[in-house]
Amino acid sequence: MNNAVTTSWKQWLLTDEPDSRFQARSGRLYIAWRSFSRNHLAVFGLIIVVALILVALFAPWLSSHSPVGQNLQIRLSPPDATHWFGTDELGRDVYSRIAYGARTTLYIVGLVVIIVGPVGLLVGAIAGYFGGWVDAILMRITDVFLAFPRLILALAFVAALGPGIGNAIIAIAITAWPPYARVARAETITLRNSEFVDAARLQGASPLRIVARQIMPLCLSSVLVRLTLDMAGIILTAAGLGFLGLGAQPPLPEWGAMISTGRQYILDQWWVATFPGLAIFIVSLGFNLLGDGLRDVLDPKQS
Amino acid sequence: MTGSPQPVLQQNNGGISIPPFLSALTRLIFTLALTFIGLLFVTFIIGRVVPIDPLLSIVGDRAPTDVVERVREELGLNLPLWRQFLIYAANVLQGDFGVSTLTANPVIVDIKRFFPATFELATVGIIIGILFGVPLGVIAATKQNRWPDQVVRIVSLAGYSAPVFWLGLIGLLLFYAKLDWVAGPGRLDVFYDDIVPVVTGVIIIDSVISGDWDVFRNAVSHLILPASLLGYFSLAYIARMTRGFMLEQLSQEYITTARVKGLSETRVVWRHAFGNVLIPLITVIALSYASLLEGSVLTETVFAWPGLGRYITNALFAADMNAVLGGTIVVGAVFVGLNLLSDMLYRLVDPRARRVS
Repeated sequence: MNNAVTTSWKQWLLTDEPDSRFQARSGRLYIAWRSFSRNHLAVFGLIIVVALILVALFAPWLSSHSPVGQNLQIRLSPPDATHWFGTDELGRDVYSRIAYGARTTLYIVGLVVIIVGPVGLLVGAIAGYFGGWVDAILMRITDVFLAFPRLILALAFVAALGPGIGNAIIAIAITAWPPYARVARAETITLRNSEFVDAARLQGASPLRIVARQIMPLCLSSVLVRLTLDMAGIILTAAGLGFLGLGAQPPLPEWGAMISTGRQYILDQWWVATFPGLAIFIVSLGFNLLGDGLRDVLDPKQS
Repeated sequence: MTGSPQPVLQQNNGGISIPPFLSALTRLIFTLALTFIGLLFVTFIIGRVVPIDPLLSIVGDRAPTDVVERVREELGLNLPLWRQFLIYAANVLQGDFGVSTLTANPVIVDIKRFFPATFELATVGIIIGILFGVPLGVIAATKQNRWPDQVVRIVSLAGYSAPVFWLGLIGLLLFYAKLDWVAGPGRLDVFYDDIVPVVTGVIIIDSVISGDWDVFRNAVSHLILPASLLGYFSLAYIARMTRGFMLEQLSQEYITTARVKGLSETRVVWRHAFGNVLIPLITVIALSYASLLEGSVLTETVFAWPGLGRYITNALFAADMNAVLGGTIVVGAVFVGLNLLSDMLYRLVDPRARRVS
C-alpha cells in the first residue's frame, strides 16, 4: 500500500508529459534533490544551515540563561551542568550568548544577501544586455571594487561611517556585490541573442522589461549558487569586523566580538573564546558544503 | 580569490604592425591605469565625502568658527570636489598620503617601516602554502574520489571556513602556552630588539646578513606559527585549484598517449600533466599571495605583528583617516600589481597566449 503510493508519487514527478507547470517544476526539483542528496557532505551542510536557522528562531527557548544578564559572582567559571559552555568575564552564560548570536549572524548575512543579490544581478544584467559603453563603464566600476581586498575596503568604510552593526552590513555589501555582477553579466551575454529575447523584443517589450522579466530570472540560479558559496565569506568578514570591535556593539551577542573579549582570557579561561569560534567555523563550513553541493547540481559545467 | 584578471582580447591592429604581445600589454596597462584611478576615487570618496565633516576630526567640535574656516582653507576643503580630487590624486601619485595624526610621521614613511613585516609574513606563508598545497592537489587529482581526495577536500574546506583570528588564538594557546614549541606574539623577544641593523626590514634576512644566528632563530620561532596559519589558508585554495587543473589535464588524450607509450605513472603525472598545470597555477598563486596580504590584517592583530594590517587597524581606532586610506591604497595597488604580474608571466610562459588570434 505504502509502496504503491510512493511509486505513483514518483511517476507523477518524473513523467515526461507533465499536465501543469507546477508538476513540471516539482519534477525538476525532485530530480535536482535526488542528485543533491547523493552528495553526503552537501546534505550535511544543509543540515547545519537548517540548524542555524532553527537556533536563531528558537533562541529564547533553547537558551538556558539571559544572553545579557550579568552575574559577577560566577564570572569566568568553567563549563559545568548549569553553564554548558562556561561563563564570560561578566558572568554571562556563553551557551545562551552563542544561541542568540545565531540571530545576529543570520541578520547580517540575510541583509547583506538581500542588498547584494539584486544589485549585482541588475548591474550585471544591464551591462551584459546593453553592451557597448554601458558595459564598459559598469565593468570598470566592478573591476575597481574587485581590485580592493575585501576586508580592508570594508574596514575603510566602517572607519568613515563609524562602527556598528548597520554600518558593518553596508560596508560588507559595498565590497561584496561585484562577483555577482560578473556572474550575471556572463550569463546575460549568452542569453542576449536567444530567440525568446527576440520574441519579447518584437512584441514591443522595453529593454528594461526584457532585462527584468526575461533575463534576470534566468541568471538567478548561478547568482544563488555564488551567494551560497560566498555566505561563509560574509560570515567570516562580519566576524572579523566584530573581532576588531567594528561590528555589532556590546551588549549585543555576536560571535566575533565574543572571541575578541575572550582573547585576553585565552590562556586560563579557554572556553570564552573557543566556543564562539567553533560556532563560526561550523556555520561557515555548513554554507561551504551546501554551496559546493548546489554548484554540482545547478551548475555542472563549473565543477 | 575574487579578483581574477579579465582576459584581454587580442585584436588585429589593421595595417599597423605592432607586435600583438605589445598591443595586448598597452591595453592591459590602460585597464590597470583606469582601475588605479578608480581606486583613488573610492578612497577619496571614503575620506572626503562619507564622513559628515572631515574637519570635525581635525579641529574637534569646539573650535571657534574662524579657526574652522582657516583650517578649511589650508586643507583646500573650500574648493569644489573635483578640484579636491585632482589635488588628492596628484599628491598620492607623488607618494604623499598626508601626515598620520597617530604617529606624526608622513604616512608613506610609516608604511615603508611597517610593510617589510607584512611582506615577511605573507611571503613565508605563501611558500608554505605552495610547498604543501600543490602536492596535495596533485595527489587528490590522481586519487579522485578515493580517500586521499576526500581528505584533501575536507582539509581545504575547513581552511575556507575557519576564522583566521580564532585559529590564531587556539594556535597560541596550544603551541605557545601549553606546549611551548614556538615563541609568542610579536616579531622578536624584547631583548633581541634592535640588535641587527636594518637593511631590508625583513628580520630573517637582516639577521643572516649580520650573521646573528640567535636573532635568526628567535625570529623564525616567532614567525613560524602565524606564517603556517596563513600558509594553511592559501593551501586550501591552492590545493583545490591544483586538483581542478590536474583533473582537466589528466583527461586529455596526450596523457593516454603517454601512458600507452609505457611511461611510468610518476612521469606522466609530474612531467606531462603537471607541466601544463604550472601555467594557470601562476595566476592562482599570485591571487592567493595578494589575499594573504589582506588576511594578515586579522592575523597581525592576533599575533601583535607590527605590519601594515595592524598599522591600518590601529589608525582606524585613532580616527587617523590619512593612515587608513594610505594603507588601503598601498594594499590595493599591490593587489593590482600582482594581477598585472601574473598576467604578464602568463603571457611569457604560455606561447598560446602570445599568438595572434
